[in-house]
Amino acid sequence: MTTTATSVDKPAAVRRPKNSRRQRRRGGPNWLGGLAGWIWLVIVMVPIYWIVITSFKTQANYYAMNPLKPPTSPTIDNYQLVIQSDFAQYFINSVLVTAGAIIPAVLLSFLAAFAIVRGNNWFLTGVNGVFLMGLAIPLQATIIPVYLIIIKLQLYDSLLAIILPSIAFAIPLSVLVLTNFIRDVPKELFESMRVDGASEWATLWNLAFPLTRPALVTVSIYNGLAVWNGFLLPLILTQSPGRRTLPLALWTFQGQYGVNVPAVLASVVLTTLPILILYAVGRRQLLSGLTAGFSK
Amino acid sequence: MTTGAPTTLLTVGHSRAGRTGAVTWMALPALVFFIAFGVIPLLGVLALSFTRWDGIGEINPAGLDSWRVELNDPGLPHALKVTFEVMILSWVVQTPLSILIGVFLASHERYRAVLAVLYFIPLLLSSAAIAVAYKALLDPNFGLGAGLHIGFLSQDWLGKDKLALGAVVFIVSWQFIPFHSLIYQGAVRQIPRSMYEAAEIDGAGRVRQFWSITLPQLKYTIVASSTLMVVGSLTFFDLIFVLTAGGPGDATRVLALDMYKTGFQANLMGPASVIAVILVLVGLGLALLLRRIGGGGASDSQLEGA
Repeated sequence: MTTTATSVDKPAAVRRPKNSRRQRRRGGPNWLGGLAGWIWLVIVMVPIYWIVITSFKTQANYYAMNPLKPPTSPTIDNYQLVIQSDFAQYFINSVLVTAGAIIPAVLLSFLAAFAIVRGNNWFLTGVNGVFLMGLAIPLQATIIPVYLIIIKLQLYDSLLAIILPSIAFAIPLSVLVLTNFIRDVPKELFESMRVDGASEWATLWNLAFPLTRPALVTVSIYNGLAVWNGFLLPLILTQSPGRRTLPLALWTFQGQYGVNVPAVLASVVLTTLPILILYAVGRRQLLSGLTAGFSK
Repeated sequence: MTTGAPTTLLTVGHSRAGRTGAVTWMALPALVFFIAFGVIPLLGVLALSFTRWDGIGEINPAGLDSWRVELNDPGLPHALKVTFEVMILSWVVQTPLSILIGVFLASHERYRAVLAVLYFIPLLLSSAAIAVAYKALLDPNFGLGAGLHIGFLSQDWLGKDKLALGAVVFIVSWQFIPFHSLIYQGAVRQIPRSMYEAAEIDGAGRVRQFWSITLPQLKYTIVASSTLMVVGSLTFFDLIFVLTAGGPGDATRVLALDMYKTGFQANLMGPASVIAVILVLVGLGLALLLRRIGGGGASDSQLEGA
C-alpha cells in the first residue's frame, strides 16, 4: 500500500524536479542529519583544499610549512612542469576517447531504448533482458577477452581500442535510464503522431528526442565522466606514451616525480579542471537529472 | 521454428506488426556492440579459463588445469576475503551516512543546495587522481597528519595491513557517499507530504516519523543504492591499484587486482580467467540476492516509475 502512494507521486516529481518545492517543508531541526551534513562537508573539503593550496607551493615550502596554510609566495612552476610533460597530448587523447565513445554510445542507446518502449515482441524483450543482465555484471571481469579481441582486430595501442569497449560498457545503464524516461512520455502524444501519419523515425526525432533531452544529457555526462576517468582500459589496451589518457598519465607522472608532491598535486588539479568547469556550467542539469534517473 | 523466427517477427497481428517491425531494427546497433564487447567477452572468459595462454603467444587448450591451479592457490580465498571485507565495511560505513545526509539535503533551504554542489566534487575526480592525492596526503612523514603533528593521523596508513584496508574503505566512502546521498535526497523528496502530515496529526515525533515513514519508503532506494555499492565494490581496481598496488604484501589484493596481476603481470591468462569467472559469479550472485531481499527489484521498481 505504501508503494501505491509512491507510484502515483513519482512521474510528476521525476519530470519536473522543480515542482517538488511545493512538497513538504519539514518542521523542526534535524540535528543528527545536520551534524552529519556539516561534518561530511569538512571531510570532503579539507583534502580538496589541501590538494589545491599544496599545488602552488615550492617543494621546500611543502616540507617546512603548516600543510593547511596557503603558500606565502605561490608559484606556478609545478603547473609548468606538468604542462611540459606532454599533458596537452594526454588531454587531447582523453577528449578524443571520451567524445568518440559517448556520442555513439548515447545515440545507440537512445535508438534501442525507443525500440524497447515502442515495440513489443519477444526479440525486444530479450534485448532488454540482455542489457539488464549487463548491469549486474562487473564488466571489468571481461577485460582479458576484450584484450584478445582488440589484438585480433589489430587495434592494440590505439585510441580506438579504448573507444570500442567503452561504448559497449556504457550501453546497459544508458538504455535503462532512457527507457524509463521514454516510458514517461504520455501515450497520447505517440498516438497523435501516428494518427498524423508520422513514421516511427520521425516520431523518434520530433517527439521522443526533444522530450528526453534532459535524460540524454544526464546519461552523456554520467558515462562521459566514467570514460574520461577510466583507467583499466587504457592501462591494458595501450602501451606507448603517445596514446596515454589523463588518468594513466597521472599515474606515470607520480611514478616519475613521486617525491615532488606539489607537482604531483598540480597534475591532479590540472586533469580535474576541465571537468570542474563543465560541472560549474551544467551542474543543475546533472544533479537533478542524476537523482531523477537513479532514484527510480 | 526453423524458418519462422524472422518472418513471424514481421507478421504478428496486423495493426501492431507494422509499428513493431519499424522499430525493432533500432535496437540492433546497440545490441551488436554489446554482444561484441560484452557478451562475447563474457563467454570468452569462460572459454579462456580452459586454456593456457601467456597473453602474447598461442592459446592452447589445457582442460581443467587452470581451475585446478587456481582453486588450490591460497591467494584465491585471501582475495575473496579481502574483496568481501572491503565490500561489507564500505557498505556499513556508506549506507547509514548516505541516508542521514540524504534526508538532511532533502529540505529546500538554499544553503543545503550549496552543500550538495560541494559534496559532488569528489565524484568528478578520477579514482587515479584520488589515489595519487591520498598517497601523498597519507604519507606518514610528510603528509597532512604529519604536517599538523596529529599523532593519530600520522600513522603508516598504507604500510600496515589493517590500516591499508581501513584507508581504502575511508577513501571509497569519501568518493561515493556524496553520490549515494544524492540518490537518497531524490528519493526522500518523492515521499508524499501527506504521509508526514498524517503522522503529525497522530502525534508522531521526528524520530518516529523517520523510522515509520522515511525508512520504509526508502526501501527500494536502499536496495538500488546497495546494489550499486556492492557490485561497484567489485570494480575498485583503479583506486587500489594506484594507491597500494594490492599491498602491503597482499593485504588489499582484491579479486579484480588478483585477476590483473595474475593475467597481465605473471602472464597466466588461464588462471586469471578463472578469477574473472569467479568475479562474474560473485557479482551476479550478489545482484540476485539483493533483488530477492528487495522483494522484486529491477522490474518492479521500473514499473513503479512508469
